[in-house]
Amino acid sequence: MSKELIRLRDVCMAFDDELVLDHLNLYFNDKEFLTLLGPSGCGKTTTLRIIGGFVTPTSGDVLFDGVRINDVPPYQRQINTVFQKYALFPHLNVYENIAFGLRMQRRPDPNDPTGKRKVKIPEEEIDQRVMEMLEVISLKGFEHRKPDALSGGQQQRVAIARALVNKPKVLLLDEPLAALDLKLRKDMQIELKRIQQQVGITFIYVTHDQEEALTMSDTIVVMDKGTIQQIGTPEDIYNEPKNAFVADFIGESNIIDGVMLQDNLVQMYGKKFPCLDGGFAENEPVDVVIRPEDIDIVPVEQGQLTGVVTSVTFKGMQYDIIVDFKGFKWLIQTTDHCPEGSRIGIKIDPDGIHVMKKSQYSGMFGDYSSFSEEYDELDDASLELDEEESGDEE
Amino acid sequence: MKKNNSFLNRLFMVLVFVFLYAPIFLLIIFSFNAGNSNMVWKGFSLAWYAKLFRNRLIMQSVYTTLLVSLLATVIATFAGTFAAIGFYAMRRKVREPLMTVNNIPMMNADIVTGVSMCLLFVAFFNGWGSFAAWFNSLGLFRLPTRLTMGFGTLLIAHITFNIPYVILSVGPKLRQMDKNLVDAAMDLGCTWMQAFWKVILPEIKPGIVSGALTAFTMSIDDFVISYFTAGSSASTLAMTIYGMTKKKVTPEINAISTLLFVTVLILLAIVNIREARQERKRAAELRRS
Repeated sequence: MSKELIRLRDVCMAFDDELVLDHLNLYFNDKEFLTLLGPSGCGKTTTLRIIGGFVTPTSGDVLFDGVRINDVPPYQRQINTVFQKYALFPHLNVYENIAFGLRMQRRPDPNDPTGKRKVKIPEEEIDQRVMEMLEVISLKGFEHRKPDALSGGQQQRVAIARALVNKPKVLLLDEPLAALDLKLRKDMQIELKRIQQQVGITFIYVTHDQEEALTMSDTIVVMDKGTIQQIGTPEDIYNEPKNAFVADFIGESNIIDGVMLQDNLVQMYGKKFPCLDGGFAENEPVDVVIRPEDIDIVPVEQGQLTGVVTSVTFKGMQYDIIVDFKGFKWLIQTTDHCPEGSRIGIKIDPDGIHVMKKSQYSGMFGDYSSFSEEYDELDDASLELDEEESGDEE
Repeated sequence: MKKNNSFLNRLFMVLVFVFLYAPIFLLIIFSFNAGNSNMVWKGFSLAWYAKLFRNRLIMQSVYTTLLVSLLATVIATFAGTFAAIGFYAMRRKVREPLMTVNNIPMMNADIVTGVSMCLLFVAFFNGWGSFAAWFNSLGLFRLPTRLTMGFGTLLIAHITFNIPYVILSVGPKLRQMDKNLVDAAMDLGCTWMQAFWKVILPEIKPGIVSGALTAFTMSIDDFVISYFTAGSSASTLAMTIYGMTKKKVTPEINAISTLLFVTVLILLAIVNIREARQERKRAAELRRS
């Protein structure tokens, strides 16, 4: 299963003196679903374009199956791409879009003993493979439609078919679901995962949507400012974030300054909390992550900490409440209704506490004083897709 | 009061159209006059048109005009399309000042363009004389020592003033194109050149055709720049008409002017209808997405 297929070795990328990728080291295993996750401008799309061959890294090596492919043009790589907004050829119908790659292919003539003569793929084979693909994406009967006569979801599936019909070893996907509405996006997440398992090749997926990444990936690579913040399975990334950036980017987190008194005991707000982390120096300052769903609300007298509820938002499945603990605002998700202004106590189980070493991101995230704005930003996330690398646009 | 106002409005509009089109209508009407006056109507006749087609000077200049327009259009369309692609690939900081430079020839007074090109050709031919003399002294093969303005310079001038129109009509098509299309084509096995033929060209074809039509129209009806760059050996239709007006004005001029007017009118109509249709198509696409 885990045979290494692609490796990026010390890859740097600079546009106009601006370092977009900073000494990236990363490998991709065969047949895995790997997601590059990060905010706009973190370098994830650039990484994908380097693998696809659309840009050449400023320094470092790109290895495919152990061979350096820095200078191999995209049309000679066994890699195909599903682009943002699909990039279907508008003047060709669905059939011709999918057949495009096959029509470009030349392979050794089976009737030529020297094996030097190249021939086109015969029309019958093209037809058979295109039809097969149409079946996979369940768009049979649409072959004569032009792309602009398809819905977003259908265009999306044609784009996937157009790439997969070439039987690549790796499929690159650049925020392919970003233009779809929420419901369709959820369906397509499952669909994509199914297709990946069915064709059994490596998918490298780029997104800024943490939920998408958690749902589909075998491995998640969290990136920021051109460097890798953490690599791991979705469970690792969510449960054991390495620093405040990862903790904040994946899901909601309260990040509190603490001191690690000893193994399994951390101090916050001058109080001791048992936890399950260890391996820190004695009295080392740390960041403590507490997920909003891991906090139990208890009567004031039983609470490890007490605070005042400053806002309550109904979210359907739960209430999001903001609680002020000595000036630091926490987000707590609870099914109990606590009225605004009331005083509550909280209790945190040892496995609800995750302790991280201090990093450059300490103190930047995890306070919910500006909670509503943060939620707005989350909603806007899908709008700011194009920011990356489009400084040159109208 | 309101009614009065709208009457004045209408009167004003009618006056505008009368001033704009009455001269042309008069010209067209008298091109069909049986007599040789531009004031007295003597009955309908096609005599002036018949005479026109027997006039060797006019037919020669029609031929020159068509040839120079066609050649200039083909060359300018080719050069302008690739120039537009070059502009498209540039960063904005470089592109915008260059686009401004590109637009200057269109804004510039024709007479300035004409005179400056004339001066350039004269200066070049002067220098050429001494270069050719030196080259011929080497004894490899002989170069003509004296070059004069004629069809060649006329063609160069037409290509020059046509290119900006092509760039201006191809550029927007490129920018409307999904910028990932070329990458997608290369991803699927195309070299850059194959991607150009298979993907870019079909996408920008409407812009190229519009640009070519505009360029052709500009070439057909250009007078001032041609006048300064054609020398004495070549004459376009517009120049011939101008020459004829210096002698007695006969309805033959009306006839040839009418034909020129109708040709340009048809070309412009085609350009505009095409653009309107594309605009509608684009709007429909935007609405759908």
